[in-house]
Amino acid sequence: MSPKSLVLVIVAFLAIVVGLSSVYMVNETERAIKLRFGEVIEADIQPGIHIKVPMIDDIKKFNARILTLDARPERFLTAGKKFLIVDSFVKWKIENVRDFYRATSGDRFRAASLLANLVNDGIRAEFANRTVQEVVSGERDELMAHLTKILNEQSESQFGIKILDTRVKGIDLPDDLMNNVYRRMSAEREREARELRSQGKELAEGIRADADRQKTVLVANAYKESEVTRGEGDAIASSVYSKAFNRDPEFYAFTRSLKAYEETFNGQGDVLLLKPDSDFFKYMKSTKGK
Amino acid sequence: MAWNEPGGGNNDKDPWGNNNNRGGKNQGPPDLDEALKQLMDKLNGMFGGKKTNGSGGSQNSGSGAGGIFALVLVGLIALFTYMSVFTIDEQERGVVLSVGKYDRTLEPGLRFIIPFIEILTPVNVTNVRNAELKELMLTQDENVVDVAMNVQYRVVDPVSFSLRVEDPEQSLIHAAESALRHEVGSTNMDPILTSGRTLLAANVRDRLQRYMNNYQTGIEIDKVNIKDATAPQQVKAAFDDVQSAKLDKERYVNEAEAYANTIVPEARGKSQRMLEEANAYKEQVIAQAEGEADRFVKLHKEYRKAPTVTRERLYLDSISKVYGNSSKVLVDVDGGNNMMYIPLDKIMEKTRTNNSNENADTDGQISDITDRVLKEISQRQANRVRESR
Repeated sequence: MSPKSLVLVIVAFLAIVVGLSSVYMVNETERAIKLRFGEVIEADIQPGIHIKVPMIDDIKKFNARILTLDARPERFLTAGKKFLIVDSFVKWKIENVRDFYRATSGDRFRAASLLANLVNDGIRAEFANRTVQEVVSGERDELMAHLTKILNEQSESQFGIKILDTRVKGIDLPDDLMNNVYRRMSAEREREARELRSQGKELAEGIRADADRQKTVLVANAYKESEVTRGEGDAIASSVYSKAFNRDPEFYAFTRSLKAYEETFNGQGDVLLLKPDSDFFKYMKSTKGK
Repeated sequence: MAWNEPGGGNNDKDPWGNNNNRGGKNQGPPDLDEALKQLMDKLNGMFGGKKTNGSGGSQNSGSGAGGIFALVLVGLIALFTYMSVFTIDEQERGVVLSVGKYDRTLEPGLRFIIPFIEILTPVNVTNVRNAELKELMLTQDENVVDVAMNVQYRVVDPVSFSLRVEDPEQSLIHAAESALRHEVGSTNMDPILTSGRTLLAANVRDRLQRYMNNYQTGIEIDKVNIKDATAPQQVKAAFDDVQSAKLDKERYVNEAEAYANTIVPEARGKSQRMLEEANAYKEQVIAQAEGEADRFVKLHKEYRKAPTVTRERLYLDSISKVYGNSSKVLVDVDGGNNMMYIPLDKIMEKTRTNNSNENADTDGQISDITDRVLKEISQRQANRVRESR
């Protein structure tokens, strides 16, 4: 190998190195800034292939996607002096790359902690004027939109960060409050259970009473009807009797009396103390019957 | 990605890389020299081939070197082709970045890209993906419920999904938690536990979709299922008791209805019986009356033919029947005798025991007593008759 060709190889090699280091690529998911001796000379470099001066220009790339800050659950005091444990998350993206670089020197963890403080202060301020009820249900959409707007103003001016959305993904009550809630829930259910059972008894009693009433009325009506029927029978019988007996009332009295005697003294236990002067005994004293 | 640099730097400085190469480290520099020399040889060979020394050159003629070059060229072309052709599955769309910039989205089929310059990321857009959540949360009426939810979603915009947001699926889970909590927080507990789940799911779905659009995730929510919404463990006993109270209520009512179904028909039966008995009585008395009346009429007819005799006969028949059936004491005294003693109670008693025992002996005794009484009476009668004479 001649020295000439060696030089040629080295020059070619250097040319490749310089060429490669003066070209850089920004991905679709990134934005970049160009620093020359530490000074930002070009901000918000869009995706694609770009040229820089090797060794002199420094390129910093930042994530341009929508990012999530998932803060640790924190205790916040609400208006009713009640603590709430709130787990929130923030959707944010780097809006102004230059400001972002200035505020955080591109360190995402620093950005996250700055943002977390901002958000916590924001939530604290918002929650301090609201009761638990308002925080949990109420107009949470408006509360969150308002909070997002306030936070966004601050973060955009201070960190070059745009806050798209702030959301609460968890609200928990501290243990003692939680136990109160459980106790209240249990008590409410007990009341409901008792009410149901009582309603059942009420209905049952009503049904029974109704049945009893039906029974009494049925029997009473039947009694009424049967008495009427009996009366009809008696009436017909009576008219039949009187029609027949009216032919000879005296004879009727006679036969009826005889029958009555027979019926009255038909038992072995009857003891008759007789005085033999009735018609029956008239021949007992004399043959003439006198 | 500035913040990933420390991680990337670590990889570069990875000591294992050095360790792995340690075996060849000693031979590193000579290798480089030799390779360079070989390259020069080949170049020389190609441009005229002055020198034919060296390991490679000794075995190959000039035409041989050209063959190798052709082989390498074919190999490179093959590799190039291999790297530029892709099959995009029916389920996928291919997002193509050209020198880092989004260029196009590839539909399913055989597709081409320029290797090294373009990068293809296939994204599945037809698979229904699934996310599960289960959490305790507060309701509007400040109760606590345990809700399990399941979100089914698809990627509809592969570009947004892969480029616009970091970790879209984690974003979905966060957003789903938030949306669920929000909707549960604006609903009372009872509807959540009972009939309101469908509405709750629909509300969560709409809200979650809004969040997803806002975060540019390219995700479409197909369906949100509230799989389970129950009272928390701590109050489960009380809630279960409500269920059993509902059953108790039904049971009480059923028991009462059973009672009603028993006694009302019974009463109806009893009424029927009373009516039937009354009818029977009516028929009976009428029949009796008619019978007796008829008998009387018939007897009366005969009586009118011979009144005296019939009357006498009827009278004697009846009276004899009466006297024949009874115990009798004939007292044939006028004005009454104060001294007369008749042990009526004894007679009654005897008769009673007689009746109960049905004994012939006592029968005899009674007749004995009766006889004695009669005897006594007749004696006294005789005495009186004598006195009066």
